[in-house]
Parts: sequence; structure tokens; C-alpha cells
Amino acid sequence: MEKVVTFLLDGEVIQGQEGQSIMQAADEAGKYIPRLCAHKDLTPHGSCRICTVLVNGRPQSACTQPIADGILVESETPKVNQLRTDIIDMLFVEGNHFCMFCEKSGSCELQALAYRFGITAPKYPYQFPQRDVDASHPDIFLDRNRCVLCGRCVRASKEVDGKNVFQFVGRGVEKRIAVNSEQGLKGTDAEVMDKAISVCPVGAILKKRVGYAVPVGRRLYDHQPIGTASEEETTE
Amino acid sequence: MSKPKIATTSLAGCFGCHMSLLDIDERILELAELVEFHKWPINDRKSFSAQCAVGLIEGGCCNEENVEVLRTFRSSCDVLVSVGDCAIMGGIPAMRNMVPLEECLQEAFVDGPTVHNPTGAIPNDVEIPLLLDKVYPCHEVVKIDYYLPGCPPPADTLWEALVALLTNKPISLPYNLIKYD
Repeated sequence: MEKVVTFLLDGEVIQGQEGQSIMQAADEAGKYIPRLCAHKDLTPHGSCRICTVLVNGRPQSACTQPIADGILVESETPKVNQLRTDIIDMLFVEGNHFCMFCEKSGSCELQALAYRFGITAPKYPYQFPQRDVDASHPDIFLDRNRCVLCGRCVRASKEVDGKNVFQFVGRGVEKRIAVNSEQGLKGTDAEVMDKAISVCPVGAILKKRVGYAVPVGRRLYDHQPIGTASEEETTE
Repeated sequence: MSKPKIATTSLAGCFGCHMSLLDIDERILELAELVEFHKWPINDRKSFSAQCAVGLIEGGCCNEENVEVLRTFRSSCDVLVSVGDCAIMGGIPAMRNMVPLEECLQEAFVDGPTVHNPTGAIPNDVEIPLLLDKVYPCHEVVKIDYYLPGCPPPADTLWEALVALLTNKPISLPYNLIKYD
């Protein structure tokens, strides 16, 4: 039998199993920690830092940090939420996020996080970077303008689909998602039902010919913030 | 005491945000009780003759005239509000920001598949405001006090924000009234 670990999350006593991450233990206790690159079916990556919490006063990513007896975890505090807001601001200005015509709008996790934190405008200057679109595949779009480099597609393709279609290339501001064919997506064995296609939190990887199917007002985050209890039931 | 004055304008926008303002329906009568519309597209007044309490800016800055109008609004309005995604992030006009200006003009006036332009000239009259190198959000040009996102912002968002501003209350928008689309 696994050892029970007890810790404090925002002053509340939480019990988890040894080996769990802070995020896993919090999820089981019904406490939502905001996240972007983390996905319940994939190995945690710890890259987006939206799930940053203070563990005994030090910033750690809740998706990768294991729980330990007696740790003090701060999540829903003004200080931590300000850090998260700043990261979301940066993600918006570093890409080209035109929500007004994006097919993902209303069901986009980046947008939903911004709504949750009540962001009306980012505080950093817009970069308007030049990014490529790959529309070569008959059933899938890859729009790097909207990519937030969460790496969900990289992990899903490798871990779930067993294909290794996506990978990161470049470093720093040059970092981007690449596919394992010089002909673009059409030259890969990516298929529309792959896990890698459905896990994209933003509109960077989209299925063709199904856009705007859900009317405004009935999309995932139109009325309920991301992280509310009823969300799990409505997610595909 | 005279009623506070408000002013509105559309820079590089489509007037959709103004449409959304009219979409507050019969509450426009209540708004008219609260304020005097000093300078806005409906009365087509060309310049400010008084200081305004609130200025609403639709659209970002794509040319030098937009910048001049925006600066005039900043100096003539106590509180300046960016209304809509174009004012806040450039919006649809900012899609040209990823393409050099010269290429944009070449495509629009010379190379475009539906262009008929036998002389191949790109318009360059002194009467035409010069385009900026890219489309700028308003807050990257002047200080902006409040932001109301949306494409357009819901009528209720505009209503809630205006009533709060005009009654000296903080703008506090519920979840349903902050939208980016």
C-alpha cells in the first residue's frame, strides 16, 4: 500500500499518495490549479509555468513537483496569480493570436485562462512575429502563429500515437514546432484522429472542415471559466 | 451642473464597436440622460470645443491621421478607453504586420489578382495619410486608461463600463462580459 502524504494547499489540508505531483493531488482533492502545457493523459513537461505554485515560498511547477509531507503550497494567492497573468500576457504578445476569427475561440485554453484571470489587455508590447502555416495535409492545419510551444502534440504523438510526428526545433525566440517530413504535414503519417491533433490547447493544430460548428454561446468556455467542476463532463 | 461629455471615434476599425454601442437599445435614452455626446460620428463634429470626461477609441493606428486623432483624444478626454480588439491589439488590420509595408502596397495596388492599374502607380497624394510601418495598438501610442475587449465588445460590456465610469464606480466586468471574439 502506498504511503499517504499530507500537505497544505492554500491553508487547506490535502492528502495524496507518495509519488504524485502537486497537481495530481490537488486535482483529486477537487482543487484546480491553472495549467496550459499539462494534460491528464500525457507526461508532465513543466514548461509553460502557468501552474507555478509557491512551495515553502519557492516557485515550482505543480505538474512536475512531487508532494512531500508538511509542505506549504500557495496557489490561489494574489502574488501567484499575478505571475500567471504575466505569463499569459507574454504568450499573447509573443504569437499572433487573432481571436476574432480563430476557429478555436470559445474553446481555447489560452483564451480561457485570460478570461479566468480577467485580462482585458496584455501589458507587454505586441511582437507580431513571422510564423508559417502548414496547410499541406488534407485533414489537418498547423498554424504556428497560434502555437504556444506547450509541447502537448510532441508528447501525444510520441507517447500515445507512437508516431513522433511533431518535435521542437530551434532555441529561444527561434523555437518552433516542426514535423518529421520535409514536405510538411502531408509527408508525415499524422492522421486526423491522432491524440496529437486533439490535445492542442489553442488553434495551432486544427481539424479541417469542422470549424465554427458550435455556435457562440454554446462553446466550452462561453459561460464557465476554465477549471470549473462541470468542465470535465463537457470536454470531448 | 452640466452633463459630462463623451466623445467617440473609429480609427483603423470597422465601426462594428459603434454598432455595438447602439446595440444597448433603449438604454441609449438613459445614456443620453447621463451624458452629452460632444464629438462622435453621429454628429460628425470635426474638432473638440470642450474637454470631455470619457473618450472611446475604436480601432488601432494604421496611419498618421489615426495617430493625430488619437493624440487629440488623449489631450481632450480625461479618461480614454480602448474599445474592441483592434484598439487593443490591432485586430484584422494588424494582419499586415507580418508583411513588410512595401509588399502590402505592391500586392494591393499592382500585383493583386483583381487589380486593374495600367500605370502601376501606388497612390502617393499629399491628401492621403501616410501609412505607418505597421498597425499599432492604441496603448502603444498614448496612455490608455481602460480596455474593453471583444470583436465587438458586447453591448452590455459597453453599458456596464460607461455607467461605472459616469457614476464614479470601478469598472468590474463579470466573466460573461470579457470576450475576445
